[in-house]
Amino acid sequence: MKEIVIISGKGGTGKTTITASLAALWKNTIIADCDVDAADLHLLMQPLTKQTNPFYSGKLPNIDMNLCNECKKCIEVCEFNAIRNDFSVSKIDCEGCGTCAFFCPTGAIRLEDRHCGEWYLSETRFGPMVHARLGIAEANSGKLVTLIRKEAKQLAEKKGLDLILIDGSPGIGCPVISSITGASLVVIVTEPTVSGIHDMERVLGLTSHFQISSSVIINKADLNREMSQQIESVCKNCNIEVLGRIPYDRIVTKAMVEGNPVVEVDNGPVTQEIQSISHQIHNRLYSNQ
Amino acid sequence: MEFKKIIIAIASGKGGTGKTTVATNLAKTVTGQTVTLMDCDVEEPNAHLFLNPEIREEEPVDIFIPRVDLDRCTHCGKCSELCQFGAIVTIKDKVLVFPELCHSCLGCKRICPVEAIEDDKKAIGTVSMGFSESVRCIYGTLKIGEAMAPPLIQAVKKAGLSKKVSDLSIIDAPPGTSCPVIEAIKNVDFVVLVTEPTPFGLHDLKLAVGMVRILEIPFGIIVNRSTTGDRQVWHYCHKENIPILLEIPDEREIAEGYAIGKLMIDLKPEYKNKFQNLMNKIHQTIASSAKVIA
Ligand code: SF4
Ligand code: SF4
Repeated sequence: MKEIVIISGKGGTGKTTITASLAALWKNTIIADCDVDAADLHLLMQPLTKQTNPFYSGKLPNIDMNLCNECKKCIEVCEFNAIRNDFSVSKIDCEGCGTCAFFCPTGAIRLEDRHCGEWYLSETRFGPMVHARLGIAEANSGKLVTLIRKEAKQLAEKKGLDLILIDGSPGIGCPVISSITGASLVVIVTEPTVSGIHDMERVLGLTSHFQISSSVIINKADLNREMSQQIESVCKNCNIEVLGRIPYDRIVTKAMVEGNPVVEVDNGPVTQEIQSISHQIHNRLYSNQ
Repeated sequence: MEFKKIIIAIASGKGGTGKTTVATNLAKTVTGQTVTLMDCDVEEPNAHLFLNPEIREEEPVDIFIPRVDLDRCTHCGKCSELCQFGAIVTIKDKVLVFPELCHSCLGCKRICPVEAIEDDKKAIGTVSMGFSESVRCIYGTLKIGEAMAPPLIQAVKKAGLSKKVSDLSIIDAPPGTSCPVIEAIKNVDFVVLVTEPTPFGLHDLKLAVGMVRILEIPFGIIVNRSTTGDRQVWHYCHKENIPILLEIPDEREIAEGYAIGKLMIDLKPEYKNKFQNLMNKIHQTIASSAKVIA
């Protein structure tokens, strides 16, 4: 089974647009949205949700005021200042470390499973989709990403499908690490700007740190030729293949506003380039077997 | 006008909407006040690419992880029982520590009955400090492969807000609505949410609005590339009674300047006025919401 993950380092480079287009071209892949913090893929996939499941992760202390003798031990031992003077717990600050519960002399603190969001099994016109919604201001995004990948794999096995297409999150931290570890191929979408290059270099550092094979797509490649050239030479130096150079075209935003993957509504240069990228990814995934 | 010292954060649910553009241009617009810009997008810090600060100090940041003194350890297993993250595991005559799982809660150290747990350190990144003309710039850089950004964000904020607090402190927050963002915008006076008028922009804006409402921080919105996409963001803001503080049209010149690290106010000086107005609106909103609370 192959997992291909689309990430970007910098946000807003077109990662989700490209993921949606690949999903539309390939059909019959499992689609997984691991950008749980700002999940947007469903806006283009328009999934029909078949199953909604709660996502529990970590712990949250529940203080029973009938047993509490107000000794303040919990407040003292909490490294995160999550317990207020009235013994209420600030959900936003609590890490769920449980130290308070272990130190409470009267046993007034019970650790409960923390409800952090929802995850869904859905059908789309391009194939089955696993996605999620992390509760606002909730932590444990990495754990949710791991869960989605696990469910996507199970679903792939059940349906006899071989390929999982994953929309990752921006950055290089916890959810990104969870979405790329052990993947078959990481595709980094960048843009020809100083930020785009800087952030791409950091993500390339990350993929090489975890020894995951990766390649690059330059989106809006004609926005600044010099910067595009610079991306090409960075990639060349690191021995990273540039899979394609998608030109800037307003059709992309237009398609998004209409809720469609751009390849479904356009036959121009953008779509042609994404088609060629799609072939190259296939070749890479299935050539050296 | 006399202003009290304020801290504002520039955030957005969706990435790439123009947070850094707003933060850097705003920092360079304000005159007659001391300004500090803190780039809290420690996974992908970008503000320095536009401000080119001369870095004067660079400090490593590390967090607590436990080290077990095996001479004292009696293998009672209390630390492992407490740790919710599986970061410290007791097996027969050994105690294993997994630094990448540790949340630095100090619980194991506190619970150990024979004081066998000592402080060890794990490097998570650096905080850099310098000046771009009169603007003080501070930014964090998360070490590659390191998963947890919040402690580094905390260190960046501490560097900027513990002593010599500027009249205006601007925080460039990471994208999203989960723990790193919360860490970045916690305890600020005002949040500016930058969005773009597309379905993705609106969807993520709604999440961001939910977040600032939970935190009960006054906020307003900037619509970037306001001449693209559709009108849904305006409808939403109108319905929800959210002030739109500034609209920035989609102009090739701005985009091209951004590509090579140029500030908007340098390319188009008329934007200085717009950012100055933005600042005035923010001051007014803070003043009026303070009245409401009082
Ligand atoms: S679980 Fe940990 S972080 Fe949460 S309130 Fe208790 S001691 Fe504090
Ligand atoms: S500091 Fe907390 S998270 Fe780290 S090993 Fe000790 S108990 Fe576990």
